[in-house]
Amino acid sequence: MRNKILIPALAALMAMAACNKDVSNSTANLPALNPADQDLGAGGWKTILLSRPDSFAVAAPAATNSTGYAADILELKGYQRSMTSAQAAAVRYWSAGAVLRWNEIMRELVAKYNLPPYQSSDTTYPIPSATNPFAYPYFPFANPPYAARAYGYISAAQYDALVACWYYKQLYNRPAPYKVDTTIKTFVPKTTLPSYPSEAAVLAGVTAEMMKLLFPGEIGSIQQKLEEAELAAIMSGAATRSDINAGEALGRQVAQMFITRARGDNAGKAVGTPADWANLRTQTAAKNQVPWLSLETPSRPPMLPLFGKVKCFLFDSATMVSLRPGPPPSTGSDDMKSATAEVYGKVKSPTRDQMKIVQFWADGAGTVTPPGHWNAIAAADFIKKNWSEVRWARNFALLNCAEMDAGIVCWDIKYFYFNPRPSQLNGDIKTLTGVPNFPSYVSGHSMFSAAAATILGHIVPERASAYMAMAQEAANSRFIGGIHYKVDCEVGLTVGQNVGNYAVQRATHDGAE
Amino acid sequence: MQRKYFARLAVLMGVLLLHTSILRAQTDEDAIMMTKNNFCIGGTYMHSSWDHYWEGTFKRDNRNIGTMSTQMIGLMGTYGVSKKFNVIFNVPYVSTHVTRGTLHDQHGIQDLTVWLKWLALEKNVGDGVLSLYALGGGSVPLTNYIADYLPLAIGLHSKTLSGRLMVDYQLSKFFATLSGSYTWRDNIRIDRDSYYTTELHNTNEVKMPDMTLFNFRTGYRSERWILEAVGTIMTTIGGFDIRKNDMPFPSNKMNATTVGGHFKYNFKKVDGLSLTGGGSYTVAGRNVGQSTNFDAGVFYILDFSSKKKKK
Repeated sequence: MRNKILIPALAALMAMAACNKDVSNSTANLPALNPADQDLGAGGWKTILLSRPDSFAVAAPAATNSTGYAADILELKGYQRSMTSAQAAAVRYWSAGAVLRWNEIMRELVAKYNLPPYQSSDTTYPIPSATNPFAYPYFPFANPPYAARAYGYISAAQYDALVACWYYKQLYNRPAPYKVDTTIKTFVPKTTLPSYPSEAAVLAGVTAEMMKLLFPGEIGSIQQKLEEAELAAIMSGAATRSDINAGEALGRQVAQMFITRARGDNAGKAVGTPADWANLRTQTAAKNQVPWLSLETPSRPPMLPLFGKVKCFLFDSATMVSLRPGPPPSTGSDDMKSATAEVYGKVKSPTRDQMKIVQFWADGAGTVTPPGHWNAIAAADFIKKNWSEVRWARNFALLNCAEMDAGIVCWDIKYFYFNPRPSQLNGDIKTLTGVPNFPSYVSGHSMFSAAAATILGHIVPERASAYMAMAQEAANSRFIGGIHYKVDCEVGLTVGQNVGNYAVQRATHDGAE
Repeated sequence: MQRKYFARLAVLMGVLLLHTSILRAQTDEDAIMMTKNNFCIGGTYMHSSWDHYWEGTFKRDNRNIGTMSTQMIGLMGTYGVSKKFNVIFNVPYVSTHVTRGTLHDQHGIQDLTVWLKWLALEKNVGDGVLSLYALGGGSVPLTNYIADYLPLAIGLHSKTLSGRLMVDYQLSKFFATLSGSYTWRDNIRIDRDSYYTTELHNTNEVKMPDMTLFNFRTGYRSERWILEAVGTIMTTIGGFDIRKNDMPFPSNKMNATTVGGHFKYNFKKVDGLSLTGGGSYTVAGRNVGQSTNFDAGVFYILDFSSKKKKK
């Protein structure tokens, strides 16, 4: 009797203990990118900061019958002969698309750095410093506005750099190594794309240079990724050392333009000062409105109150102000009372489905943030498109410029009205995710999501209604999670769509459609 | 958009130590067997609370949590298939609460746990009796409760399988019991499609590290009373530390060492009725709350044996 039960039970236990529980990423085993169209004319697409695709000179490459090139080919073959299995895995990894892989790396860094500093013993909070990124609190605190801007700058710089890259590819028209020497093995699909300068190296150079500014604590790990990506390009048979060197240099130069802009775009002042924080309270109280209060203990200064002053990519500051909606219901009004009661009623006895929606879209501390979530959503659909690298970059640049600008407009609105969260007005409101440490009106998730859904719906039209439904669910998740009034979400969706439409405007005029 | 960063921290001892901090009579951790065709059924109550926790190895409090408490009501039963082979089950209802901050309480039916307990060997050694037990157990979540909502989640929603060896020595009315177990935990799926541990995972599947548990108990054991001191060491094989000021996560490295005491009293006047109770305290831990736990239970033995039926 007992053996009949125990032996199978023990056997099952041993069998399960032996099985592999490893979890793999959804993009771990993608096939190599094999674009249907190489977009050979992309050198003529409209850039974001570069005034011309040849603003930075790239010297003509050595001829493919030169001794220098012969040395390049020898080096390539040598690498191929000595390729380890780890290097072969790196070739496969990067072959899925370098824009995709750098986007994933960027999301990982955001998640890694998206942690609020722990309080000091005097109950104030230390502020991360770009000049000392290795000491706690680590720089940056990659919160949603910071992340939106980081995604925006890196994607925009990658796009401009690849437009320049494509310009020179067409100009010099140097064939890929596997075309010159047919004895070279290829680990990526053979294409007609000229190899000089290498797009893999342009991307590595531009991204690494941008990361120095945005994630300075990661210089070492990013340099490793750069070297891995460039070596993978050579080992794949798609690029020689001279293709790589020219590409990396071009990428780094283009990045400098974006870095110069970033240093002067006001983001460095977005934290504000204690006087700024106090002013927000007194100005709001002077308008007979209940000012926002941090619901954290110890009280934490509001998140990046001056981020609304950051320079947008898609429109000027006058346009930005014109996007600001009218005020929320007055904090003393019956409308606000009923809006608060509505939140309380919704969150008092939540259903499991309600919690699931809230969690799916929460994208809070330690995550890729809402703009990062929309990057993941976009990437999953972009993968199916087999676009050229330059088109991948263009579409991420459109998305992330929209996300960055949505963040700026949203933060402008939040600190213009300085509106309290539902739990501040009614302490009985218990939430299904943490209450964000910044004002309520309008919902950032709603703005990020509507802006993303709008531009993505333009890029992948067959998914437009699905994206908008997701945006609506993301917006609603903040209401049913108890951290936003319904009006925050509704108005946020509208303003987000308006921001997204500026990206659509750009898309229809950038020469890529 | 940011979850309240401070709010959802540390981990719930009660949830993890369901098998250890409560339910001491004829359980999976004691050297007592039900006789054939006897069914012991009982109800237990447990209260667990903490206001400090270990974030990795850093011990801290959190004024956005205040005191975290877990209450549990368990329905438990043990059936004697034979005097050497028992089947034990447990179904708890769990509710959680924090005294500060804004995070919503959770409550619900958690996991069904079943143990098969086999008295493999019993022999006289010296003046006492040495016995050896082998146990196999498993648990399955009974409801679709949320796991990725620590510390307020009522459980981790993982299916588990456990194996345990236990040795007991009784000399006169004094005894000592030592057991060691290994728990295999199945991966879980969470509501998000990406999460960060020590790297970013773009999937909703979470690899759950396995665990070991050692339990030592010693004291007085007679027909009427059991009075014992209990120590446990729970260790997660793998898992990762909560980063500074981050949220806890189901696959954290959750370790805890607890010490406590427990009693069982069998009533004289009502045959088969017993009371249990006890308490324990977490003396060391990692990615768990420093919990203080209390429990109480009432058990009754129903005799289905033929002898009983004839009466």
